[in-house]
Amino acid sequence: MQFTHFSDFISMGGYGFYVWLSFGATALLLTLLVIDSKAGHKRIINHIAQHKRREDKLRKSREQRKKAAKTDDSAAG
Amino acid sequence: MWKWLHPYANPEVSYHLTNKLLPWFSYLAAIFLSIGLVWALLFAPADYQQGDSFRIFYVHVPAASLSMGIYVSMAIAAFSSLVWQVRLADASAAAMAPVGAAFTAIALITGSAWGKPMWGTWWIWDARLTSELILLFLYLGVIALHSAFEDKNLAGKAAGILTLVGVINIPIIKYSVEWWNTLHQGSTVSKLGKPSMSLDMLWPFIFCFIGFSLLVGVIICLRFRNEILARNSIRPWVRELVEQKTQ
Repeated sequence: MQFTHFSDFISMGGYGFYVWLSFGATALLLTLLVIDSKAGHKRIINHIAQHKRREDKLRKSREQRKKAAKTDDSAAG
Repeated sequence: MWKWLHPYANPEVSYHLTNKLLPWFSYLAAIFLSIGLVWALLFAPADYQQGDSFRIFYVHVPAASLSMGIYVSMAIAAFSSLVWQVRLADASAAAMAPVGAAFTAIALITGSAWGKPMWGTWWIWDARLTSELILLFLYLGVIALHSAFEDKNLAGKAAGILTLVGVINIPIIKYSVEWWNTLHQGSTVSKLGKPSMSLDMLWPFIFCFIGFSLLVGVIICLRFRNEILARNSIRPWVRELVEQKTQ
């Protein structure tokens, strides 16, 4: 152990500001990157699910319209 | 080798392989980083000239060398995508770019915070610092190109060409301290022969370096996984997976 008191550890022989700025910025940037990368998985899955729902809806309405057209035809005929 | 490699060029296999690798990378990164950082901050001796400000070295040097290492891997991926049309290589290059950008930014910030007490200035336009800043802009350009096109294949091609052109910057960064008269000190660790560093400082450095490299592995795995899903969103296996996850 290089430091006898906790305050020595914080002050880093007078270079405390620079040392903690470096370690702090590193921790902050990397934490943000990990959080973003993890959240991306959920974001993409939700995006694909939403896209699929929209497709299903379109397909359903298309089918219904087709059915409606058919019954119209048979009514006219 | 191609026979062995071939199944990994399948997105579904790669996705599951990445999922399997993730916990290993994560645990190992946590172990190495906690040992390395505690050692660097508490137990490593202070430098006889630079005092405790030398502790910045333990994040600055790994970040700087990883920023170049990631660029080289990204360039290899871009090359295999452009030449052999390996689709997944594009996904991996897109996954690496933000990680490389983050480590370049870390190298620049920690370098600044180290330069201020040692050189008396936050920034100077010398060869090493300027070429590292250009590396950051190259990464930002690659990220921008990857997201500039709706068509991911086209985006990968454009970003890949920029990546390959930018490779010229890597030897410039590496040798800048030898080619030009700069304020930045020469290499401490990767000298031919014996590193000019005491073992009390070299060991915590090695732990930090391996720890940060493993963390790069973790983040690239996370992002690579996302890229695979986004690029294969209409495939049945992705649809099935999405259904399972959203239920």
